[in-house]
Amino acid sequence: MRQAEVKESFVMALDALRANKVRSALTLLGILVGVFSIIVVMTAIRVMQDSVESSLSQLGANTFQIQKWPSMRVGGGERDWQKYFRRKDLTFDHANALVERVTRAKSIGVDEGLWSAEVISDYAETNPDVRLRGVTPGTFPGKNWVVESGRSILDADVDSNRRVCVIGAPVAKKAFPFGSPLGQTIKFHGIGYVVVGVLEDMGSSFGSEQGNFVLIPLTTGLNRYGWKRSLDFVVQAKDQASFDDVQSQVRGILRTIRKVPPGEEDDFDMVSNDSLITQFRSVTLAVRAGAAAVSSIALVVAGIGIMNIMLVSVTERTREIGVRRAIGAKKKNILLQFIIEAVVLCQVGGIVGVVLGILGGNLTSLFLQLPPSVPLDWALYGLLICSAVGVVFGTYPAYRAAQVNPIEALRYE
Amino acid sequence: MSLIEVRNLSRLYHMGEETVYALRDVSVGIEKGEYVAIMGPSGSGKSTLMNLIGCLDSPTSGEFILNGIEVSEMDDDELADVRNRQIGFVFQTFNLLARSTALHNVELPLVYAEIDSETRRERALEALGQVGLGDRVTHKPNELSGGQRQRVAIARALVNRPAIILADEPTGNLDSKTGVEIMALFEELSSRGNTIIVVTHEEEVARHARRIIRIRDGLIAADERISPEDRIQVGQS
Ligand SMILES: Nc1ncnc2c1ncn2[C@@H]1O[C@H](COP(=O)(O)OP(=O)(O)OP(=O)(O)O)[C@@H](O)[C@H]1O
Ligand SMILES: [Mg+2]
Repeated sequence: MRQAEVKESFVMALDALRANKVRSALTLLGILVGVFSIIVVMTAIRVMQDSVESSLSQLGANTFQIQKWPSMRVGGGERDWQKYFRRKDLTFDHANALVERVTRAKSIGVDEGLWSAEVISDYAETNPDVRLRGVTPGTFPGKNWVVESGRSILDADVDSNRRVCVIGAPVAKKAFPFGSPLGQTIKFHGIGYVVVGVLEDMGSSFGSEQGNFVLIPLTTGLNRYGWKRSLDFVVQAKDQASFDDVQSQVRGILRTIRKVPPGEEDDFDMVSNDSLITQFRSVTLAVRAGAAAVSSIALVVAGIGIMNIMLVSVTERTREIGVRRAIGAKKKNILLQFIIEAVVLCQVGGIVGVVLGILGGNLTSLFLQLPPSVPLDWALYGLLICSAVGVVFGTYPAYRAAQVNPIEALRYE
Repeated sequence: MSLIEVRNLSRLYHMGEETVYALRDVSVGIEKGEYVAIMGPSGSGKSTLMNLIGCLDSPTSGEFILNGIEVSEMDDDELADVRNRQIGFVFQTFNLLARSTALHNVELPLVYAEIDSETRRERALEALGQVGLGDRVTHKPNELSGGQRQRVAIARALVNRPAIILADEPTGNLDSKTGVEIMALFEELSSRGNTIIVVTHEEEVARHARRIIRIRDGLIAADERISPEDRIQVGQS
């Protein structure tokens, strides 16, 4: 269709909207609610998703983790819990076997959360939320931990159970506000550890700082807190190309040493960034589907409202239709005009709905202290959906308008 | 060939069992540049004839040739096109778009004629100038007097340079003084070579024209030329 005609219809639509403010506003409300509900949910999910994904990517590139318990469970319940509970622990021996036998990994390490408490230095004391983790040298690359000053945990530290530690940036800042922590001793849960390294700052996610922990040699930690526990292994492949190979090699070795009969499922979980993100998405899928259902219902109801108001508008403007036809408008011109009018009506509601939805969805970013998100793709879908509603529900009234007999329309009082 | 050639034109309305003959077997020719008044009592078929000549309606039988084009067999879209290019309508009740400015109202036929916006504006301003409303282009209908509204409507009828201007009771809603002004405007347009057909009840109004066609019961009862002595001419200063 021609541009001038579309512009004419557009201007007329806005005129009509302005002339019937209250009526239009009430009609728009339905569209607004429909679009708002989908956008608000999508924005909220997007806010969390960005953040979940960035915090999940704490794992380095091409890295996967092996653990007894899955990271996220969808449904499941008692029976699943029992299944996981009956699994054999992942032990330091298993880790050592992997180090020995896996050929294509770049690094293999162990990461085990041991305790949570305050760190006390000669100068200050932190909040009691610092985690103590037992690690091996191979854990650092897989976890994206970079030593900024001092050194990492060494094999020698692990072999001889040294009481040394590497601390995260937030811990260093709080426990040693004035000078370098290197060579100083911290006290954690009654035991002193010499600080040999400090990690680079890793920022924060979900409102909590990354790196709020103290890393000690695994053996030192297990001697203090007990060996009878299941450890998490962190394996990094050399590159993307070898990732699958390394994963299947690790799986094979673990199955052999843990004596899993062929054909039976693994008695451990392997998670990577990708698998975690996929799981997060499937958890949120249900929420999305719910939002989509609610907003579809709202939009259908709104569409019927639009159709009704357009039919009223066509009747009210019978004379205008007659005049337009008399001065040369074809049926299709009238049809297009009223469809555009319905679409404009929907779009106005839709734009308000999208804006409010994005604002509303970002309330989650306020509460969870996450960076805000503007889902442009969903904003666009929202407006496309509005146009579709306008076209679908505006066509019948527009058809009625086009069928008006010009002579009778001109006589219409 | 005449500008308008009506041959044996009939228009029937079926009202249930009854058949109403709004026009029966009417034949008439109107030349380019003529100024014609159509008169007759209420219900005689004047508007019916106007609607047929204006291509808003199709005859039940007979032929209608406008500007050399046979229009009685045209489809809806073709008729719309003919109305747009060949006909300028002026109505008793003005029929302007209430929420649009005078300028936009006058531009409207050019929108459907697919003329670019610059030319549209230019020509609409020119037409408004011709009807003496060059200083009222941004006014909306409710900001104009009845006479001014009818002038806007006439400008709208003129703007696409039609072959005929059709006015159905153009002074019907105006006081007599304003009515005379509008008739003066038609006279001026006629003197510039426009073909004008005015439907009216009033002898006074009809006598501005050069020819009067009288209709009764769907038939042409009389078709008379007005001699210059009988013609009412509004002094043009
Ligand atoms: N849509 C219609 N359906 C049925 N009959 C109609 C219709 N339109 C007009 N008529 C009839 O046709 C006849 C001529 O009507 P028309 O409107 O042409 O009269 P007119 O001369 O314009 O009258 P007036 O001076 O009152 O406007 C009338 O008898 C009228 O009742
Ligand atoms: Mg009439």
